[in-house]
Amino acid sequence: MAKKVLAVDDSKTMRDMVSFTLSGAGFEVILAEDGAHALSVLNGQSVDLVITDVNMPNMNGIELVGKLRENPLYKTVPILILTTESDDSIKGQGRAAGATGWIVKPFVPDKLLKVVAKVCP
Amino acid sequence: MLPSMQDDPFYQFKVTFFEECDELLGNMESYLTDLEEGDHDSELLNAIFRVVHSIKAGAGAFSFERMVNFTHRFEFLLDKLRDGSMTVDDTIVRVLFDSNDVLVDLVDFARNGAETPREFGAHELAKIEALINGESLPEEGALPAAAGSAVPEVEGEKSKAGTDAGSKVFEIDFSPKPSLFQHANEPLLIIRELSGLGDLKVSLDSSMIPELHVMEPEKSYFTWTFELNTEASRDDIDEVFEFVVDDCDLTIVEKDCTGKITGVDVTAASDLGDDDFGFFVNEEDLPGNQASSNQSAEPTVDQEDDDDFGFFVDVDAGEVEAGVQTNDENSKSYKADSLPVEAPASSEATASVKQSSMPQAPVPQTANAPVAEKPTSVAKVSSIRVDIDRVDKLVNMVGEIVITHSMLASELTVLQEDRQTSLGSGIEEMSMHIRELQDNVMAIRMQPVKSVFSRMPRIVRDVSKKLDKKVKLVTEGENTEVDKTVVEELADPLTHMIRNSLDHGLETPDERIAAGKPAEGKILLSAEHRGGRIVITIADDGRGINRPKVLELAKEKGVVEESQVLSDEEIDNLIFAPGFSTADEVTDLSGRGVGMDVVRRNIQSLGGRVSVVSEPGVGSRFQLTLPLTLAVLDGMVVGVGEQKFVIPINNIIETLRPEKEAIKTLVDGTHVIKVRGEYIRLVETRKTFSVLNAETDLSKNLVVLVEADGDRTIGIVVDKLSGQQQVVIKSLEANFGRVEGIASATILGNGSVCLILDIDGLADMDSSNQSDTAHYLKSNMLSSGISSDVSENEAAQ
Repeated sequence: MAKKVLAVDDSKTMRDMVSFTLSGAGFEVILAEDGAHALSVLNGQSVDLVITDVNMPNMNGIELVGKLRENPLYKTVPILILTTESDDSIKGQGRAAGATGWIVKPFVPDKLLKVVAKVCP
Repeated sequence: MLPSMQDDPFYQFKVTFFEECDELLGNMESYLTDLEEGDHDSELLNAIFRVVHSIKAGAGAFSFERMVNFTHRFEFLLDKLRDGSMTVDDTIVRVLFDSNDVLVDLVDFARNGAETPREFGAHELAKIEALINGESLPEEGALPAAAGSAVPEVEGEKSKAGTDAGSKVFEIDFSPKPSLFQHANEPLLIIRELSGLGDLKVSLDSSMIPELHVMEPEKSYFTWTFELNTEASRDDIDEVFEFVVDDCDLTIVEKDCTGKITGVDVTAASDLGDDDFGFFVNEEDLPGNQASSNQSAEPTVDQEDDDDFGFFVDVDAGEVEAGVQTNDENSKSYKADSLPVEAPASSEATASVKQSSMPQAPVPQTANAPVAEKPTSVAKVSSIRVDIDRVDKLVNMVGEIVITHSMLASELTVLQEDRQTSLGSGIEEMSMHIRELQDNVMAIRMQPVKSVFSRMPRIVRDVSKKLDKKVKLVTEGENTEVDKTVVEELADPLTHMIRNSLDHGLETPDERIAAGKPAEGKILLSAEHRGGRIVITIADDGRGINRPKVLELAKEKGVVEESQVLSDEEIDNLIFAPGFSTADEVTDLSGRGVGMDVVRRNIQSLGGRVSVVSEPGVGSRFQLTLPLTLAVLDGMVVGVGEQKFVIPINNIIETLRPEKEAIKTLVDGTHVIKVRGEYIRLVETRKTFSVLNAETDLSKNLVVLVEADGDRTIGIVVDKLSGQQQVVIKSLEANFGRVEGIASATILGNGSVCLILDIDGLADMDSSNQSDTAHYLKSNMLSSGISSDVSENEAAQ
């Protein structure tokens, strides 16, 4: 069965590209526009991986990671945060919240797949 | 869009990206305007930041380098504002506006595939840099010495350490901490990844496993020693441990084939969260699993605190970093290449995942492989972008179905006895479905007027600056939806009218103060749905229309005869006369050869109306009334003699059969009807359109009372009502020509062409008759001393 990935980004371009790349690699992709939306989209269903942007309205990526880790269901789900090369502190914040790893923007499909493969083979 | 973009594998994403940019930049205008008006709310700053941030992310993905460079610094400035290390002031707001302009252009350059001029945006970038560095802004026009180089090249740093040739042996000691598991990392995956790099020998030290009864499920009791024989570089090894380097004790020693130590170790050790647990890994799963008991150090001694396990340790980022030691240049730590503020944007940045081969990577890396399948589950809010032509075709086809359906339905009426059959009920049901289909298809074309409204703050800002006027633009109802074509056609008239309001309507601050008004003028731009139409209002609190001047000009231009006496409303409406401009001089703001007559013509061609109400010294209010869609219409089919007409349902107030006494004839032969004490002018379609064989006795006719815009009511005289129907609008102008009093045409079920009445047009025709009539009456009645008020005309007869 295809692994299920939740991709969270407020930019449609990014959602489209992440979704395209991952579905091309055989993942089932669920999309959400921000942290709050992600939680409602998840609605208790299990996923194999979460990829989230940091800067988003309503609930940012760091908060989302924290929320997910609070839930026993998502305690062991790998969570990757999308950061940009300039916000190094985000990695620290992401770690603190419980993120598994990070992907540095700009988006490059091969890079994404490679990092995904690291945590969710 | 360049044709070559079609071959671009990212083409479709780029299209999305540019549309997204438009949307984001559209919002940006209003955000910045809010900021300018003193709203320094952190949410607003966040929203502004996100605009630039999102554009930067997309620009990076598509390698729009100039955009990346610019957004990178722009974002940095915004970040400083956001985190409070800089505060918003007028200078900054100005720079933000200018930077936004640059960004808009950069997006356009990228969209058009045009090369961005080398120094484009350099000045703004310099201003941003100056602000960031707390320096005074560079002079206008003075470009930094090396403008080109002020723009950091975006070419990604080439990967730092090249792949070392030849095979090497790495000895790696790895002992996870519980925090590793709390971050949902998996030693197993790391081991697999390592084994993908070469020959891997794994030894497991399980000596730390306590007695079963004291074992804590969330602790880590294992440590591993790996011996990796590989051609991969040190960087590749580091990369494997990239995510866990802070969550484990790690020692990497590089040896050459002879076993001599050539590289030095990295010990990335965080002393935090030292609780171990190890239940995620099955020993059996490990390749080459061997227990070895010679591990000397006990990795978890220091901070082992049994009470900590099971919770997600709140690791402070700072402390995590503090625990990392970088011993050697060779030991590419992850902190080493973290971008300092001044570093150029690097497309191959910190994570530095390089192109090393991963032959055994479990996930097929086929990003560009054509994959048709869609994700099986998508977010509830999802959308696709469709070529508007396709939607138009769809709309057209639905129109044809509607016509075919009404044809079938009318055939059915002929076969009276079959009314109750399945054919009858089928057609009945079909009509419901068609109706729904039509609504849905039309809804595809609907979009909020926001996309046009959002351009206006910019115009107001620019124009008011040029004119030295203070203006506040208030917009309302920007989420009101109308057909896409209507939205598009609105841009020019709105721009023109807003410019007019600024230029002619509003006074200068001094004049305003002298007139006892606040120095800052106000322009209201609002949209609302009203009875199946959209009403757009542009109102200002300026000086109002200068009637004496308008009249004088009109007479000068021969629009009005020297002797003519006009009411205030009539004078106000003169501004719509062709070739009429009230500007004292032709500035670059107004007088571009486009006058209100063009605005009116544009609006009318959309089936809309424009009206103006003005009061000297108080302000003017323009109102545009437009149909929501240009494709279908709910109409009442009426019969007049041999002819059928459609009256738009939205205009109809009521239908009545007139009493003979209620109808009065005016001296010129036109009729009025008295309804509940009011006189309403009758339009005899029979006469207006010269219909043959129509009923001439008014008392045997029906009168459909309709409301034209401007709250004018007229009565349309018809022979009979044939029923209510949705009709597909076909342009009469495109197929035949313009006919006064007729808005457009449609095709009825029986295939006959039927004309749709233009109620406002009829009311206008009528009112011009009326004003002629009124003049006529006036001159006739002067002698008898009777007022010209229509309701009293009957007394004169």
